[in-house]
Amino acid sequence: MPDKKVTGLHELYEKDPIKADKQLWGRTSDPVTRRGFLQKGALTALSLALGSTMVFAEHFPAGMIPAGLAYSDLPFSLPGKRAGLVVLNDKPINAETPPHLLNDPLTPNDLFFVRNNGIPPENVDVANWTITIEGESANQKKSYTLAELKAKFENVTYNLTLECGGNGRSEFNPPAKGNQWSTGAVGCAAWTGVRLKDVLKDVGVKSNAVYVAYYGKDTHLSGEAGKVVISRGVPISKAMEDESLIAWAMNGKDIPVLNGYPLRLVFGGFPASCSGKWLSKIVIRDQVHDGPKMTGQSYRVPCKPVAPGTKVPNDEMCIIEKMPVKSLITFPKTGATIKKGSQLPIQGKAWTSAASIETVDYSIDFGSTWKSCSLEVAENRYSWQPFSAKISFPEVGYYEVWVRATDAEGKAQPMLLPGWNPRGYLNNACHRIAIKVS
Amino acid sequence: MNYRNDLLPALLGILNFALVVIVIALFYLLFGNNLVETYRNQPVPMERQAYRPGSGGNGGEVDQDKVVDGIHVQTGLIYAEGFDIVRGTCTACHSAKLVTQNRATREGWEEMIRWMQASQGLWDLGANEPAILNYLAANYAPKDIGRRASLDVEAIEWYVLDMGSE
Repeated sequence: MPDKKVTGLHELYEKDPIKADKQLWGRTSDPVTRRGFLQKGALTALSLALGSTMVFAEHFPAGMIPAGLAYSDLPFSLPGKRAGLVVLNDKPINAETPPHLLNDPLTPNDLFFVRNNGIPPENVDVANWTITIEGESANQKKSYTLAELKAKFENVTYNLTLECGGNGRSEFNPPAKGNQWSTGAVGCAAWTGVRLKDVLKDVGVKSNAVYVAYYGKDTHLSGEAGKVVISRGVPISKAMEDESLIAWAMNGKDIPVLNGYPLRLVFGGFPASCSGKWLSKIVIRDQVHDGPKMTGQSYRVPCKPVAPGTKVPNDEMCIIEKMPVKSLITFPKTGATIKKGSQLPIQGKAWTSAASIETVDYSIDFGSTWKSCSLEVAENRYSWQPFSAKISFPEVGYYEVWVRATDAEGKAQPMLLPGWNPRGYLNNACHRIAIKVS
Repeated sequence: MNYRNDLLPALLGILNFALVVIVIALFYLLFGNNLVETYRNQPVPMERQAYRPGSGGNGGEVDQDKVVDGIHVQTGLIYAEGFDIVRGTCTACHSAKLVTQNRATREGWEEMIRWMQASQGLWDLGANEPAILNYLAANYAPKDIGRRASLDVEAIEWYVLDMGSE
């Protein structure tokens, strides 16, 4: 085995300064925000490396992440994201949105949570970005450029909620491995794109089609070239829904780099991991897709309920195809102190994979009694629905405000944790905030 | 036998090409694995400076060995026996936060290592493995919180809610 080559910064710069610059700091990003990102990334990255030798050769394959991410004692700067997101992991990048930052009717791009499995592609060439459709159940292999997609198919916009299957994992006991999401791996944005079904029909779908799956341009943490990071999908019936999109815009703007720029799938009501980012290929399968994170225990729960801590064999784990009814109190932030006699306004969001949310109720006595919130109607299926209420408190003291949504299928959120599962998915227990009345 | 002379160069060309292919194939068979390995992540000895995701701190400015209240400042890892091996091994690929935010039994941590070895390109940890497992099991063990924990009242930042004219 050859000796590892250790290349210092100066050496690298001496050889080819432009190339070194690009290799070390030259991350590209959303063209709109690119300049700021480059400056910020370059500054922090440079200060990180100041006075240090970089063992460049060993780490290059894994790809360097913007080094701003390496600072835990500085305000965190994720490219294209606002401060205030809680970063669970910086390689791969995973960050959640605290509930009080989800109060906008639609989640702003720079507040939308990030759940990455690998490293996003760099130097995205939007003009030449193509998406290829193929697979056993495709009538042909066909590619489209981004421009062709926009021109050839009807452009549509839907408000769609995306929630990570592992949102709420941190509450499970015994604990499950993985990113310990609390409540914030969720957001709802206006997604613009074309209907997946229009594109599939243009390619031609055989009658034996079972699943539609994606491949993206992100790269594996191990640095192994060509290793697929994640490739998941949805049943053909889900792919054919009106609201299932190949999207290029989020709230009327480019999708943030960390959320899949320039092209991604968006499926409301399914675990967000089905909504492939940096989308480059779609396969129409004649079987349930078997890509990475589709099999084994990933994004699966026990087919039959199990006691907490049970070891469940792979063949008794079933794919999650429905996100449960859930809600969050987005105003006020937990910890509010109010004066006795004043009413507390609360606001929040409720969502479900069912047709709609029917009711949202709140309790200030730990679930003994419930009162109803006023609830807004959604523009379309899979959008979250804002709710609000004004709460009076009988006495000074410590209170918890709990909210509980019920959907059109009659399903409501549990107050305790729902069924334990090995990987800690689908926690939709009532959200709680603490209030003091003085 | 009636050879066509004009085909000879073409035949020689094909033979030459085949030879080159065979040589390349032999080279790959002999050295391919080593070559591939050099492009994989490997543990970086801690005495060597390297980019370490989630390592925190101010790069070269902050003392990389600074420990406050039993926590290694740069990584957030608990400073205890086995720390060096864990830091050197785990942060070669991923953030230390992926360790510090998780809780598991020794068996659970071992499963995670096996999963990383099976699917994420983690190398054989050899003699380091027991030391790593001891550290993780001792310092990042599950806590019994029942079916649902109380709100963490100590962590709440209380504030006066300004409700304007109301």
